[in-house]
Amino acid sequence: MIPTAFDYLAPSTVDDAVRVLADAGEDAKVIAGGQSLVPVLRMRLAAPTTLVDLGRIAELRGIRDDGDALVIGAMTTHHDVRRDPLVATHTALLRAATDTVADPQVRHRGTFGGALAHADPAGDLLAPALALEAEMVVCGMDGRRAVAARDFFVDYFTTALRPDEILVEVRVPKHTGWGAHYEKFSRVAQAWSIVAVAAAVQAEDGVITQARVGLTNMSSVPVRAHAVEDALVGRPATVESIRAAAELAAEGTRPAGDGNADVAYRQHLARVLTTRALVTAVGA
Amino acid sequence: MTATVEPEVGRARTRKEDARLITGRTRWTDNITLPGLLHLVFVRSPAAHAKITAIDTDEARRMPGVIAVFTGRDLADVQGSLPCAWPITPDMKAPPAPPLAVDQVNFAGEAVAVVVARSRAEAVDAVAAIDIDYDDLPVVLDLAAAAADSDLVHPDLGTNRSATWVFDSADAGTGGDVAAAIADAEVLIERTYRQQRLIPAFMEPRSVVVDPTGEQLTMWSATQVPHILRLMLALTTGTPEHKIRVIAPDVGGGFGGKLQVTPEEVLAMVIAQRLGKPVKWTETRSESLVSAHHGRDQIQKLTLAARRDGTVTGLKVELLADMGAYLRLVTPGVPILGAFMFNAIYKFPAYHFSCTNVFTTKTPTDAYRGAGRPEATFAIERLMDELAAELGRDPIEVRAQNWIRHDEFPFTTVCGLEYDTGNYEAATARAKELFDYDGLRAEQRERRERGDVVQLGIGTSTFTEMCGLAPSRVLGSLSYGAGGWEHAAIRMLPSGKVEVVTGSSAHGQGHETAWSQIVADQLGVPFEDIEVLHGDTQSSPKGLDTYGSRSLTVGAMAVLKAGEKVIAKARRVAAHQLECAEGDLEFAGGRFTVRGTEKSTGITDVALAVFAAHDLPDGVEPSLDSEATFDPENFSFPHGTHLCAVEVDTETGFVKIRKYACVDDVGTVVNPLIVDGQVHGGLAQGLAQALYEEAVHDESGTLTTGTLADYLVPSAVDLPHFDTDRTVTPSTTNQLGAKGVGEAGTIASTPAVVNAVVDAVRHLGVTDVPMPCTPMRVWAAINHRSADSGLGTEAGGGLGSLDTSGGAV
Repeated sequence: MIPTAFDYLAPSTVDDAVRVLADAGEDAKVIAGGQSLVPVLRMRLAAPTTLVDLGRIAELRGIRDDGDALVIGAMTTHHDVRRDPLVATHTALLRAATDTVADPQVRHRGTFGGALAHADPAGDLLAPALALEAEMVVCGMDGRRAVAARDFFVDYFTTALRPDEILVEVRVPKHTGWGAHYEKFSRVAQAWSIVAVAAAVQAEDGVITQARVGLTNMSSVPVRAHAVEDALVGRPATVESIRAAAELAAEGTRPAGDGNADVAYRQHLARVLTTRALVTAVGA
Repeated sequence: MTATVEPEVGRARTRKEDARLITGRTRWTDNITLPGLLHLVFVRSPAAHAKITAIDTDEARRMPGVIAVFTGRDLADVQGSLPCAWPITPDMKAPPAPPLAVDQVNFAGEAVAVVVARSRAEAVDAVAAIDIDYDDLPVVLDLAAAAADSDLVHPDLGTNRSATWVFDSADAGTGGDVAAAIADAEVLIERTYRQQRLIPAFMEPRSVVVDPTGEQLTMWSATQVPHILRLMLALTTGTPEHKIRVIAPDVGGGFGGKLQVTPEEVLAMVIAQRLGKPVKWTETRSESLVSAHHGRDQIQKLTLAARRDGTVTGLKVELLADMGAYLRLVTPGVPILGAFMFNAIYKFPAYHFSCTNVFTTKTPTDAYRGAGRPEATFAIERLMDELAAELGRDPIEVRAQNWIRHDEFPFTTVCGLEYDTGNYEAATARAKELFDYDGLRAEQRERRERGDVVQLGIGTSTFTEMCGLAPSRVLGSLSYGAGGWEHAAIRMLPSGKVEVVTGSSAHGQGHETAWSQIVADQLGVPFEDIEVLHGDTQSSPKGLDTYGSRSLTVGAMAVLKAGEKVIAKARRVAAHQLECAEGDLEFAGGRFTVRGTEKSTGITDVALAVFAAHDLPDGVEPSLDSEATFDPENFSFPHGTHLCAVEVDTETGFVKIRKYACVDDVGTVVNPLIVDGQVHGGLAQGLAQALYEEAVHDESGTLTTGTLADYLVPSAVDLPHFDTDRTVTPSTTNQLGAKGVGEAGTIASTPAVVNAVVDAVRHLGVTDVPMPCTPMRVWAAINHRSADSGLGTEAGGGLGSLDTSGGAV
């Protein structure tokens, strides 16, 4: 397994990265932690002429408190996201989903931004980003712009990033005090999710006031289960009301069928796992 | 020289080879490099069945670092045909098996061309520049369709059916007539089970280095069978056997997958000879999954006849076995190794077995851990659970009613095999205790009554196997192309150290430790003073290698026989030194002592005296070194009781192993740690067949499980704690009383798990779940949807959804 030959560039600032990326043209590829890209290169499923490595750009790493949101640098590793107290306090859903990513080796190399930009619909961080209404800050030759998560994921392995743009950081609105859970279903521990459900719920006096539900691998992009969310608001935080709302979880989804799950089974799993995610999130 | 006080045999020693194997500070084949080494990379067919109409290698030949490019046509006159050593019937049909395809490819992954370059990277780049045109032929994938001969894999053969092998107890005179038993049956259990296709998935990829520059050509290969390989290379290529040296350095696992003479080994040799330069080939994981031989792949049609009181009266087994596209080294014999094991531990009065071997356009199959016996054990142990369910009785009770009681040994089975010893009652009683059988049954009832989402199931497997391949006379009666003996030699070095040479070369089993323990006891020398040499046809010139749980029961017996000769030679010299008759000497703890006196000498002192050779008895040659070749009279028959409890999530179909307890009887144990390790590893592979692993092809014959992201080998996180114990009923077929343990866990565990899954949901109307019992299949069974819900090819997420047709990159 040897990749085709490529030029390797390792800029040290975001501005440099954007410039070399623009110079390298359409056949350039950005490498973050490399946990998805390196196997693809080694199997020659992709043959970029230039690799732009973001690993030496210090400003892309780290997590900071920015008032009503956390700002997570795109090159922050899964391991650093997992152990960050701000993430645990304000975006517990992200913490829960990151816990389930692959294995320790991958979590120490793989990055939050890299996983989002790779846009694998079976990846575990897309649905939480969508459910928490994260905002992607991207930078290109024309400067910075913000893209809402719902607009960022376009198709299988495809995002709204333009060829000269890199993902710089992710603004995740605080959901302090919300109950959260990521319910992942896979055949073996190291396998990708067949289906997974990201749920965050705010309740007051036993009544659900707000709910966010995101689905992993139920379409070519992560899916927000709006019907479930709407059905929950104003309902008691009980197993019964959750079960009733979760019946709507597969509405509007267009999952693929494969050897692990056909369409009907995936949709069934979405309903079952949505119930379980919500029950755990609210502690019902 | 001090004698060992505590016996070494039975001691839980950590393995002396582990430090170098685990840290990788050793010589794997791929670590070997030679001056001027060239690298081979293969071009593999993406098509499962096609005519090769054109191959354009011009651009590749001009690329940097490329020395040569060969197609099948270039090598057609020198590459020979890969050997099959097991013609199971006189009329067996076997197609030519060229190492490099010449005109036609018959499975996706078959080697079509090879690039030789100064570096691996340059060879990989050149592979991408080779242009091959294929003219597609109809693929033959389904076993039943293949047997019906609608499309032919090898048109010249006129059929896809290679051979049909039959055993009938009435014809053989070893039992009654099955047709009569079925006609008179009060209860008939008729089932069809599928043994899915599996991939051995050894840890170290295959690798071969060939140096043609010496007088003897030297091949290093990651192989289980250096001795068989040497002979077969000579027969295949025409290079005389005495001009070939084969070395299997440390080898990282095989599981039968390296019991092979591979296309790549033959081609590496032929190309090295043609170029006069050393060459190396090491496969990628993708290449390994698609082109190294696969395992299992059978359809089993089964009929069990019984009386209403639970007594079994007859068993009929009809198999279709997938050979894949070619017959490799022992491909046709693998299902036949199971023929004598379907009756297992039970007293069937009548038995009929037939197996039809069929060609398909898929990767060839061959030996995989257990080879024939896991398939047989699965079938009979599933049937015994089904019989118990039909009769509304406890599955262990029905087994006990039919098994051979401990006081009935030796017992001649309906197949004519003589089981020497066993105690199924003792192993089962201990296993039930270890498992808390009654407690788990109570919990199962409670969950059922409560209608819990999570249901509990309990599965039983009371298995036996025939192992220690060997005996040569039996292998001959099955038309196997070789014997089953094993060779050993012991060299007594003048400094008191000992070299043990064994023909049974380890590839992870721990022979170096076990053989040292055995010889330490026999010769009375310290464990640390013994070195075990193996895996090089120059230092261990004779052997039949390692497979079929044969090393201890055959290979170590040869070591003991050689040791006996050493002691006999030393005794004569010792008697001379001590001025007594040989009959007056006792040998214990490494010392010869004149009976009733304090006069003694150590065997290592004798070795030094023999080296000096100053004062030897007349006619005694100055050497204690001895060799022996051992061929046992019979197989050994390990057995055990495996109990598995699973929790089935009835909403999702997910199966979680709650508890696994097994009590194996492998006879005398040389090293309990090694035995536990073999059982644990075996269980992991058996559980994997039940729940995780399956080689899947799409409708075009492409392997869709071509990476380890799709072919799900479980890791430690996915496996339960194993509660293991042993009973010890020594075998009488060898002097140690040992049986085999290399395959026991794999053979026993698969039906225990599937029985447990079915037991958990039988009250919901489920009588079977096809393997592997994936969550979707279990859910489909509970909801009475189509039994095998879709092996679709659409892209889901994950790396595995990307196209991975197994090219050599």
